[in-house]
Amino acid sequence: MPASAAFSSSTAAFFGGVKSALTSVFFLVIIGTYIGIGALAHDFGLSSWWLALSSILIWAAPAQVILISALGAGAALFEVAIAVSLSAIRLLPMVVALLPLLRGPDTRLRDLLLPTHFTAVSMWVESLRLLPAMPQERRIPFCNGVSVGLMGTAVTSGFVGFYLAAGLPPLLAGTLLFLTPMSFLMSTARNAQMMVDRLALLLGLVFGPVLASFDIGLDLMWTGIAGGTLAYAVHRLREAAA
Amino acid sequence: MTTVELSSYLALILVGFLPNEIWRALGLLLARGLNEDSEIVIWSRAVATAILAGVIAKLILFPTGALTTIPLTVRLTATACGFLAFVGIKRSIFAGVLVGEAVLLIGGFIFVR
Repeated sequence: MPASAAFSSSTAAFFGGVKSALTSVFFLVIIGTYIGIGALAHDFGLSSWWLALSSILIWAAPAQVILISALGAGAALFEVAIAVSLSAIRLLPMVVALLPLLRGPDTRLRDLLLPTHFTAVSMWVESLRLLPAMPQERRIPFCNGVSVGLMGTAVTSGFVGFYLAAGLPPLLAGTLLFLTPMSFLMSTARNAQMMVDRLALLLGLVFGPVLASFDIGLDLMWTGIAGGTLAYAVHRLREAAA
Repeated sequence: MTTVELSSYLALILVGFLPNEIWRALGLLLARGLNEDSEIVIWSRAVATAILAGVIAKLILFPTGALTTIPLTVRLTATACGFLAFVGIKRSIFAGVLVGEAVLLIGGFIFVR
């Protein structure tokens, strides 16, 4: 992005952000993921407008998949809230790392509200890559532009997946539904750079279905706490031994 | 709007939006001091990864709706092939998803008909 440092106005920076969203690697990932989520929402009996609103308000694909599958399966609301919240903790350090890049001497708190809400893995990776080359006063509109571009893609793809799933024969609809676990498995594995993250992925894959089949309740919460803590304990033991 | 629909929107706000957004709001309040390598961040990332992995495995092993028409062995074979393609082809998400989907489609075509 050689031109990114030379936006003449905030509006130009915003549309520069939208443009870089539509040419980012996350553009394709979001299309695939949200077509899958659209099919999932259809499968679990939610409406397409409900899905669109969830993409705008939640804007975190893992939380949306957990919410849709748990609500659709009739899980207790308390359990759904805990599982969604545990999946979203990662947003906190991302916001903490992003805001110093956006904040200048004249930045007001309300200017940071939108970027805070927009924080998600895709926007965050692109922002941290592109913002440092830009003058501070262009960063917030650019960041909002990236987010609006990616969120618009997600909302549109959600509608596409929803209505495709409604009209396709079962085998093809099944293939669409398979997009969600596939894209999540690959993107989680790709994000898992440290051994502790890879171990947590592996343990979650095993604990999730095992705990679910025991029918003990709150199985997702226990999968996260047991699998995550065990992976973390192994990581600490290895560090202590090293 | 029916009561069921209305309650699905209420559930979206109460058990979807709020428990998710609270971490962004806390991030805005804390904004400095936490770094990516702090122990609490590593632990919370491990917990979130394990939850997500649990959801992935459940969607593959205990699916609902249209995916149930495709046999379990086909679903597992497709997952394994997709993951091997991901690992083998420069850790490309696109390659992994494409191969997994292709194997599922071919397997489903052979076994379902």
